[in-house]
Amino acid sequence: MALFESSLDPKQASFDTVLGSGLGFSHVVLRGQTLRIVDLEGNQAVDTLFFSAADPSERYSAVDTIREQGAIYLSTGSPLMSTEGRVLLNIVADTCGRHDTLGGACAAESNQVRYAIEKKYMHSCRDNFLLEIQQRRPELSKRDLTANINFFMNVPVTPEGGLDFDDGISAPGRYVEMRADEDVIVLISNCPQLNNPCNGYNPTPVRILVW
Amino acid sequence: MADESKESIVDEPLRGGQMWSRVLKRGQSLRLTDIAGGGSVAALFFNADQPLERYNMPDTLKAQHIARITAGNVLYSDMGRVLCSVVSDSCGWHDTITGVGDAKQSLLKYGAGDYQTLRNEWHRNSRDNLLVELGKYGLAKRDFGATVNFFVKVVPDAEGKLSWVPEHSKPGSMVELRSEMNTLVVLSNTPHPLDPTLNYTPKIAHIAVRWAEPALPDDRCRRSCPENERGFLLTEAYFS
Repeated sequence: MALFESSLDPKQASFDTVLGSGLGFSHVVLRGQTLRIVDLEGNQAVDTLFFSAADPSERYSAVDTIREQGAIYLSTGSPLMSTEGRVLLNIVADTCGRHDTLGGACAAESNQVRYAIEKKYMHSCRDNFLLEIQQRRPELSKRDLTANINFFMNVPVTPEGGLDFDDGISAPGRYVEMRADEDVIVLISNCPQLNNPCNGYNPTPVRILVW
Repeated sequence: MADESKESIVDEPLRGGQMWSRVLKRGQSLRLTDIAGGGSVAALFFNADQPLERYNMPDTLKAQHIARITAGNVLYSDMGRVLCSVVSDSCGWHDTITGVGDAKQSLLKYGAGDYQTLRNEWHRNSRDNLLVELGKYGLAKRDFGATVNFFVKVVPDAEGKLSWVPEHSKPGSMVELRSEMNTLVVLSNTPHPLDPTLNYTPKIAHIAVRWAEPALPDDRCRRSCPENERGFLLTEAYFS
């Protein structure tokens, strides 16, 4: 697992914010700009979707990304492919080493299946996505919420076809950076999940920067 | 297994290159057969009564701790319900993580294959096929998610690198789904984009729909993990 650092200076960033866990976020990243997500305290899952700003019906596609790179995990060099077979962004730096795109987002309803019927009340990533798009992205709806990226999350898949949620391999201060090939809307839920080790059972803030 | 004596509702070929769709009523079964072997049938699933609810690949995988589909597994919707159960499978592995090909890939791989020249032997691709079929129900690109690719096996190594497995599905391989909701099933039968064969040679498949045997309390799909027990409970609650 090769790690690649970035030379970009946070002091020079044009956008810089800290997003607490359990919050949604969206932002337009312009073509040529670089987006960095920093796992401030370690082992946080950052559920992320991308949409072409020009035509949001074209969006990040996990299955096309996996197939075209011939590998399940995302890291430096992974092109983030769209549903139209085009590259939306490229991962250009990564000090974590592996990111998931099969585990999807938690939701009230899937939490009931995975943990217990009575867990429905608990906060979830899909609720973050839905509130963010209801409030700020009227061009998007539930139809647009498909298999996302989980930055910093560790979901190992075995050659026998098994899949698990493991303790994270991230650590405080690790980051991932991607450069946009076109104008994209980034939609993020900073995961509030308390029922599995994807956040180390302790959801924490992340920092989001754009250059 | 479905009762063979029961009258078939659908019993027809799915030709190479063809797409197909139907609403399976709750309790009906769909059996797909890869007649020649080496087939690849891509599928999308929706709650026919409210198509905003649809097959969710990540929820299906993480609920059952799987990275492939086979007998005993179920297909989850994004609303925590079971759309279909996989009640039997002689193939052992159906892919759901590598998507389908599109017109651009088809042209690059197989060369031109237009209708003007080839008539109904033209090179159809599953992206376009599924979009056409979705359009018949008012669904569109935004409703296009991860497919189940029946009869396809793409296996990861320890580092996550993927390999397409040749000759995975033997002639006559069958997979049978039992619909646990009123499920719109949309199918497209074209070669998988990772199949290295350079000639466009989609394989013929066969579709059979009939009423399934009712699921018993010890049903294999329901009992395969506690998550599925809850998934079935939530599905029953939706219909009660």
